[in-house]
Amino acid sequence: MRKSNVTTGILAMAIITLSATSCKDKKKVQENQEGHQTEQMEDSGHMDGAMEDHSQMDHDNMNHGEMAMMSSEVIADYLTLKNALVSDDKDGAAKAGEKLEGSLKNFDTSKFSDEQQDELKDIIEDATEHAEHIAKSDIGHQREHFKTLSKDVVDMVAITGTENTLYEQYCPMYDNNKGGAWLSMNEEIKNPYFGDKMLTCGKVQREIN
Amino acid sequence: MLVNDVPKQVENIIKTSCYDCHSNNTDYPWYNKVQPVAWFLEDHVTHGKEELNFNEWADYSNRRKNSKLKSIISQIENGEMPLWSYTLIHREAKLSEDKRKTVLDWVSKLKDSL
Repeated sequence: MRKSNVTTGILAMAIITLSATSCKDKKKVQENQEGHQTEQMEDSGHMDGAMEDHSQMDHDNMNHGEMAMMSSEVIADYLTLKNALVSDDKDGAAKAGEKLEGSLKNFDTSKFSDEQQDELKDIIEDATEHAEHIAKSDIGHQREHFKTLSKDVVDMVAITGTENTLYEQYCPMYDNNKGGAWLSMNEEIKNPYFGDKMLTCGKVQREIN
Repeated sequence: MLVNDVPKQVENIIKTSCYDCHSNNTDYPWYNKVQPVAWFLEDHVTHGKEELNFNEWADYSNRRKNSKLKSIISQIENGEMPLWSYTLIHREAKLSEDKRKTVLDWVSKLKDSL
């Protein structure tokens, strides 16, 4: 564990240095968090108020920001679920799973290219099944489904992009040492697979902007 | 399943232990003529097929297959499948240690190959 903490530290520093030098004008998530560690996707008004009302989006010209917006609700619910698992909160995770089912259902793929639509539909179908199971399982099962769900969400973000910086993190010990990845808005590791048992096990693999 | 070239031995185990609830070839028992047993069974089989239907295997994408295989492994490993209420009457469907291992090995291999 000590070794992995050192690695995490080095990685974290590398990422901070990189972002400080190359992404000066990019909005950093941390800026508007003012010390608290919530991971809610808050409308911060950084996109000229475009996020204020999701229902009134203009679908005609979908630019990068709009594509990312399509998945923001799914990502927000996914992160709520992840946080519940970090806190070993089975009921919270179940509730988040149920909410995620809803946001997956609302995901409008119609403005994406045909090829992207096919993949997104596949992802949504798969993720929905995981969300359904998470909504009605014990925490061990929830975590099993969360692992595959995380892959779905990572693949989704690869298509849609993300409004907020995400960190792909990885714990090599989960699932009989087969490992498990997840997404977080914080660089600091809080392990959703082990929760309190091994809260800081894992490392940042990638920063997704 | 057939499309993924399953060995005869594994296929037989899966057919005996899983197909009644996870395929379109349900072999309903005599007591299915008795209500409310029939409703209870129908509900079970409908739900079973919703979760996993081997007749639709060919239509699942690799992503879906991967998820299904993962669940199959986890359910068998945890002894949750086949359901005890099913093996209580269908003794032949109960997985012996050998059969369990045969199926798990093969399913894991298939999953890794996707």
